[in-house]
Amino acid sequence: MVHTFRRLGSNIAVDTESGAVHVLSPVAYKMLSYIKPPLTQDMPVSLRYSLAKYDSSGVEEAYEELYSLYERGELFSDAIPLGDISKALSTRIKSMCLHVSHDCNMRCRYCFADCGGYVRERTLMSQKTGKRALDFLIEKSGGVRNLEVDFFGGEPLLNFDVVREITRYGRELEAKHGKNIRFTLTTNGSLLDDESIDFINAEMSNVVLSIDGRQQVNDYMRPFEDGSGSYETIIPKYKKLVERRGDGEYYVRGTFTRRNLDFATDVLHLVDLGFSAVSVEPVVLPQESEYSIRKEDLPVIIAEYEKLALEYIARAKAGRPFTFFHFIIDLDGGPCAIKRAKGCGSGCEYVAVTPDGSIYPCHQFAGEEKFKIGNIFDGVIDENIRNTFAHCNLIENPTCADCWAKYYCGGGCAANNFHMEGDIMKPYSIACELERARVEFALAIKAALAK
Amino acid sequence: MKHVKTLNTKTYASRAIGSGCGECQASCQSACKTSCTVGNQRCERRVDENTTKKNQNTGK
Ligand code: SF4
Ligand code: SF4
Repeated sequence: MVHTFRRLGSNIAVDTESGAVHVLSPVAYKMLSYIKPPLTQDMPVSLRYSLAKYDSSGVEEAYEELYSLYERGELFSDAIPLGDISKALSTRIKSMCLHVSHDCNMRCRYCFADCGGYVRERTLMSQKTGKRALDFLIEKSGGVRNLEVDFFGGEPLLNFDVVREITRYGRELEAKHGKNIRFTLTTNGSLLDDESIDFINAEMSNVVLSIDGRQQVNDYMRPFEDGSGSYETIIPKYKKLVERRGDGEYYVRGTFTRRNLDFATDVLHLVDLGFSAVSVEPVVLPQESEYSIRKEDLPVIIAEYEKLALEYIARAKAGRPFTFFHFIIDLDGGPCAIKRAKGCGSGCEYVAVTPDGSIYPCHQFAGEEKFKIGNIFDGVIDENIRNTFAHCNLIENPTCADCWAKYYCGGGCAANNFHMEGDIMKPYSIACELERARVEFALAIKAALAK
Repeated sequence: MKHVKTLNTKTYASRAIGSGCGECQASCQSACKTSCTVGNQRCERRVDENTTKKNQNTGK
C-alpha cells in the first residue's frame, strides 16, 4: 500500500508495509498516481502520454528511480508476516494503570472520569489493595522484565501516602523478582509541594502535568470545586517540578475542545512558558456535548495542526526546538511491527485497577460493569473479555488493516471506539481523520527539516 | 537520486526484526491517556545493525 500526499510544500509517498517515506519530485509524485504493482523494468509507454506535460527524459529518470525503490522493497512492498497477534497479546500483563484515587479536587468540564467519582462514590485505594495489585502484576508478567505502573485518578496526589508506599513496595518486588518497574504519574498539579515534587522526580520515570494552555482556556475547562480557575495555582508548581527534574521525562498535557479550536496558540503558550515537552489532544465527548469535536470542525483543526507544524519547523531551524507529542515519529528506530500491530494492548497487556481492586481493560473502561475482567484479590480473569480485546489489532480489524497510517497509529483507541461508535472494533472516524492528518504533518516536518 | 529522497536510513529490516518481546512501553501510558499512537515510541532493544533481512516484492 502506498499513500501519497502534499503537505508543507513537500510531495510525499509513504510505503505502508516497509515504512519507507519518500520525498518526491513533481513528476515522480504524479507518476505514482498512474502506476500499480507489479512494476516492469521497462517504463510503460502509456506514462509518456499521461505525463506529456513533463520533460520526457525527466519522466524516464523518475520511473527508473521509482523502479529501483520497488526492487529494494521500499515501494509497494509486501505485507509484513505477523502471524496470530491475538495469541501474542493474551498471555501476559505488563502494564497497569492504578486508580489510586477516585476522587478529585477539580471539576474539569470534559472529564471522562466524571470528576473523579467514576460514576460511583469517591474512594481512595488502600495500601493493601495497591500492594496486592503489584503482586498481581508480577504474577501475570511472565518473562517480561520491564513493567509499568501509572498512578492515575481522579487526582493521585489526594492519596500521596499510598502512592509513596506502593512505590516503595514496588522497589522491593523489583529486587526480589528481577523486574524493572517504571512508575509514572498523571496529576492536575494543584497539590504539588516540595515533598511530592522531589518524590516524583526521584521515582517517576515520566510525569504528566495536566494543563490546557492559555489561562482563560484552562480556567474555563479546569476549575476547582469552588469554580475558581486552576492556572495560577499550578503554573508555579509545574515550573518548579520541571526545573528540578533536570533531564527527566515529563509532558505538560492538555485537551482542546470546540471552544479552543485555535489550540496551536495554547501549545505555543505552554512552550513559551518554558515547557519543552507538550501534548495537547482533541477531547472525546458525545456529539451532543457543547465541547465535542464534530466533523465540521475537522478542516479548522487540520489548518491549526498546519500552523503548529510551520512554527515547529521555524523554531527547530532557529535552534529553539520543542517537542509536540504527536509530531514525533522515529523513522529508523521505532518499535517492531508486532508492537505496532497490537497498539495500546488494553485488556490484554495493559489493564486498569480501581480502588476496590476491580480489573478493567483500561482506565477509560473503569466502572463499566460489562467490561470488568476480574479482581486482583482472587486473581481470576474473564478470558472471554480479554479475548475480545486481543482481537483488536491491525490484522484483524478490517478498517485498520486497509489504513495507510496503521503502523503509526497502532489501531486507535478501543475505549473511544466503544464510547463513540458503540463497538470496540469500530474505529472512531473523527479520531482517525485527525490521526492521519497528524501523521502527515509529522512526516512533512521531517521532510522540511531534511531539506 | 534526482526525483526521490528517502527519509529513512533503514526501513523494513528494522521494523520486522523485533519479536514483540514486550519490553517496550505501553503506548497509552505516556503523554496521551486518551488515544493511541505508536509511531513515536522506542524499541527497547537495539536493532542489530548487521541484520538486514531483505523485503521481497511479489507485487501486492
Ligand atoms: S487511523 Fe483509524 S483506521 Fe487507521 S489504524 Fe488508526 S484507528 Fe485504524
Ligand atoms: S483503549 Fe484507548 S484509552 Fe484505553 S489504553 Fe487503549 S488507547 Fe488508551
